Amino acid sequence: MFEAIAFYLFAFLTISMFYITVTTSQALYALTALAAGMIFISAFFFILGADFLGAVQIVVYSGAVMALYAFGMMFFDTTREVKEKQGNKAIIFGLGTISAVLIVLIFAAPLVSGNAEALFPMTPGAGNTQEVGMVLFTKYLVPFEVAAVMLLVAMISGIVLAGKKMDLSLTLMNEDEIREMRREENKKVLS
Amino acid sequence: MEIGLNHYLVLSTILFSIGLVGVMRRKNLLMLFFATEILLNSVNISFAAISHYYGDLTGQMFAFFVIAIAASEVAVGLGLLIVWHKKHNSIDLDTMSMMRG
Amino acid sequence: MELFLYTALFAPLVGSLFAALFGASPRTKIAGIVPSILLGVSLISSTVLLVLVLITGHTVHVEMMTWMATGDLYIPFGFIVDQVSVTMMMVVTLVSTVVHVYAIGYMNHDKGFNRFFAWLSAFVFSMMVLVMSDNFAGLFIGWEGVGLCSWGLIGFWYHKESATWAANEAFIMNRIADLGMLIGIFLIYWNTGTLQYDGAFAAMPALTPETLTWIGIFLFIGAMGKSAQFPLHTWLADAMEGPTPVSALIHAATMVTAGVYLVVRSNELYSLIPHVGLFIASLGAFVAIFAASMALVNRDIKRVIAYSTLSQLGYMFVAAGLGAYWVALFHLMAHAFFKALLFLGAGNVMHAMDSELDPFKMGGLGKTMKGTMIMMTLASVALAGIYPLAGFFSKDLILEVAMIEHHYIIYSVLLFTAGLTAFYSFRIVALIFHGEERYKLFGFHPHEAYKFMLVAMSPLLFLAVIAGSFKMTYFEMVTYILPATEYHVHNPAIYWIMTIGTQIFVIISIYYAYKIYMSRDIKVPDGTSKMEKSFAYKLLINQYYIPYFYEECFVKPYRELSTLCWTKIDQKIVDASVDGIAKAFYATGENTRAMQSGNLSTMLKWMVAGTVALLSLAVVFGLAARYSGEIKVILSGLGV
Repeated sequence: MFEAIAFYLFAFLTISMFYITVTTSQALYALTALAAGMIFISAFFFILGADFLGAVQIVVYSGAVMALYAFGMMFFDTTREVKEKQGNKAIIFGLGTISAVLIVLIFAAPLVSGNAEALFPMTPGAGNTQEVGMVLFTKYLVPFEVAAVMLLVAMISGIVLAGKKMDLSLTLMNEDEIREMRREENKKVLS
Repeated sequence: MEIGLNHYLVLSTILFSIGLVGVMRRKNLLMLFFATEILLNSVNISFAAISHYYGDLTGQMFAFFVIAIAASEVAVGLGLLIVWHKKHNSIDLDTMSMMRG
Repeated sequence: MELFLYTALFAPLVGSLFAALFGASPRTKIAGIVPSILLGVSLISSTVLLVLVLITGHTVHVEMMTWMATGDLYIPFGFIVDQVSVTMMMVVTLVSTVVHVYAIGYMNHDKGFNRFFAWLSAFVFSMMVLVMSDNFAGLFIGWEGVGLCSWGLIGFWYHKESATWAANEAFIMNRIADLGMLIGIFLIYWNTGTLQYDGAFAAMPALTPETLTWIGIFLFIGAMGKSAQFPLHTWLADAMEGPTPVSALIHAATMVTAGVYLVVRSNELYSLIPHVGLFIASLGAFVAIFAASMALVNRDIKRVIAYSTLSQLGYMFVAAGLGAYWVALFHLMAHAFFKALLFLGAGNVMHAMDSELDPFKMGGLGKTMKGTMIMMTLASVALAGIYPLAGFFSKDLILEVAMIEHHYIIYSVLLFTAGLTAFYSFRIVALIFHGEERYKLFGFHPHEAYKFMLVAMSPLLFLAVIAGSFKMTYFEMVTYILPATEYHVHNPAIYWIMTIGTQIFVIISIYYAYKIYMSRDIKVPDGTSKMEKSFAYKLLINQYYIPYFYEECFVKPYRELSTLCWTKIDQKIVDASVDGIAKAFYATGENTRAMQSGNLSTMLKWMVAGTVALLSLAVVFGLAARYSGEIKVILSGLGV
C-alpha cells in the first residue's frame, strides 16, 4: 500500500517535472525542473531496492551533471529567447507516443513470455551495495574499466573544447571587439 | 494494490515519450540536452524495475553504464556547445544548417 | 599423309590471318600474293591426297582433337579425306587458287584489297572444314563459316546500300534454312546418338521411315538455303552485288554446291527414303527451268550467269534426288570449272566497261577482248553441253539418268531447259562480243584485262574442255563409297537418237541466239518495243514477282510487327519500366532532398520517425516469430 502510494506520488511528480522541462521557455526553470525530476527518479530506485543506483543517480545527476549544466549556462546568454518555431505538434507527440509504446512492447515481450532467466541472481541476505560491488568487479570488470576510460576521455575533451580562449569573455567585451574577433576567426576559417 | 513491473514500464514509456517530444520540439540546444537526459533516465527506470522483478543484477549494471555515458555525453556536449556559442553567439538549432546536403 | 591433310586444311587459314594483319593498312600486294601462294600449297596437298586416294583407294581419317565430350555426346574435330571429299577439295582449292590470282589483278585498284583477301581465304578455310569434316557438327561449323564469309564478301562494298542489303538478304535466307538443317542434325543425334557420318548412317536403316523422312526433309531444307533452291532462291541473284571473283568462287563454284554435297554425303540416308529423293529431283527440275526462264530476259550479265548457276544446281539436285549421286558430284565438278570461268570472263568485261553490266550497251567487244571472248565462248559451249566439252558428259548424263529412271516429265523439262541454257548463254555472248559496237554511244573505252589474269583463268578453261574425259576414272574412284550405278541406255538406237537429238536441239538454240542478237538493229531496250510490253517478258524480268511477293508478304508484315513491338512493347513496357525505375529514383531523391535541409531539428524528427519504423519492424517480426505456428496454420487453412 505504501509502495503504491509512493509510486503514484513520485510518478506524478516526475512526469510533471519533466513536462515542465520540455515545455517551459525559461532555461533556468527547465534546469531546475530537470534536477528535481532526477531526484524523484532516484526515489523509484530506492523503492525498487536498488539503493546504490539511487545514490549514484542523486550524486551523478543532481550533483555533477546539473552542476555542469549550470556552469555551462553561465557561458550562454540565456536571457535571450531562442525562438521555438513549431511545426506540426500532432506529428511530434504522435511519433513520441508510438515509439514509446513500441519500446515497451519490445521490452515486455520476453518478460511476458516468461523465458527471461536471471543471469546474475541477487544473493539473498546481502545488501544491494554489496551485490552490486560483487557483480561489477567480477563479471563487469572490463566494461567498468572501459567506462572509466571513457569518462576520462570525456573529461579531457570537455576541458579542451571549452577551455580555448578562456581568457576572452563575450559578456565582458564590447561590440567592436567582438566583431573584430569574429572577423579574424572567419579569416582563419576561410584560409 | 500491488505495483507490478508493468506499472514501471508504463511510467518509463510516458517519460520516454515526454523526452522524445522534447527532442523534437525544442530549438534551444541546451534544452535538447535536457530532453536527452530525460530519455536516458526513463530507460534507467525500466532497467531498474526489470532488475528488481526478475532478481537479476544485469539491469542495474546497465543502468550504471547508462549513467556513465550520460555523464560523458554532458561533458563533451557542453564543451562543443560552448565552442559553438563562442563562434556564432547562438545556440539555436535552426542556425546549425552547415550539414545541408 | 596427315601432314598433307592438315596443310590442305590450314594453309588458307594462315593466308587469311596473314591478310587480316594488313586489314587496316593501305593496299599492299603482299596481302594478296601470300594467300594465293598458300592456296597453291593447299592445292598441291589436295592433289597429293587425290592421287593417293585414286591409286590406293585408301582414305585418310584423322581426329585432330576432342571438341565436345559431355555425357554421351562426343564430338571430335575429325577430318576425313575420302573419294567424295577429295573431289570437293580439288574443286575448292583449284577454283579458289585461280580466283585468288585473278583477284590480285581484278581488285588492284580497290581500297579494301587486303580485307578482300582476308575474307576470301577465310571462306576457303570454312569451305574446307565443311567438306573435310567427318561429322555433322563440323560440317555445320563450316556451313556457317561459309555463310559468314559470303555475307562479308557480298557486302564487301559496304558503302553501297544495295550491297549491304543483298548481303543481309543472303545471310537471313541462309539462317532460315540453317534452322532446318540444325533440326535435322538434332534429329540425327536424337535418334542415332552420334553425329559421326559412319556411325549415324550405320544406325539409320534401323530407324522408322517417318523419322528418316523428317531427317531427310530437314537436312534438305538446309541444302535448299545454301544452294538457293526455290523458294529460297532470291538471294543468289542479289548476291551478284559482290565483287565478281566472289561470285565466281562462292556463288558459282563452291558454296552454293554445298547443298548438293550434303545430299551426296547423306546418300545412305536418301537412298532409304526414295520418295524424298523424288521430291528433291522434281524441285530440282522445276528450279532448272524456272531459273533458266528468268535468265532469258535479264539485262545484267552477272545475274544471267547467276540464274544459270541456279538452273545447273537444279540439274545436280535432279541427279542426286534420283540416286545418281556420283553423277551429281561429277556435274558439280565440271560445272564449277566452266561457271567460274564464265564469271571471271564477265569480270573482265565489267572491268573493261567500267562496271557496266547491261549487255545491250556493249556489243562488238570481241575485237578488243579476244582472249576473254574465246574463254567465255568456250565456257558457254561447255555449259550448253556440246560434245566434247565437259558439259556434254555431265549434263547429258543427268538427262540419261532421268530417262533410265523413267521420269519422263523430268526428262522433258530438263531437255527443254538445256535448250534454254544454250540460248541465254549465247544471247549474252552474242550481245557482248558480236554485233554493232554500241558501247561507243556511251563513251566507254574497253581494254583487255591483265595478261596474268587470263593466264590464271587458263587452267579453268583447260579443265572445262577436257573434264569430260575423266568420266570413267572418276566413276571408278567415287563409287568406292557412292552407289555404283552405271547409267547407260541399252538400246543403241534410243541412245543415239537421244544424244544427237539433244545436240541438234542445243545447236539450233545457239543458232537462234546468234541470229537474233547479232543483228544490226539490236538497240538498247527502252521499254517501247512490243516484246517488252508483253506479259511474259514482264513476268520474267520481274523474277515472277517473287521478290515483290516476299516483300509484301513477309518483309512488310514483319516490319510492321517489329514496329509494333518497338513502339508498343519495347518503348511502352520495357523502356518505360526501365525509365520508370530511374525516374522513381530521381523523384525520390528530388522529393526527399528537403529532408536534408541541414536543419538539426528536422533531422531529429526524421530520426525519430526512422526509429519508429525500425521498432515497428522489430515488433512485427517478433510477433511473427512468436506466433509462427499459428500463422502457418492460418496460411495452410487459406490454401497457400
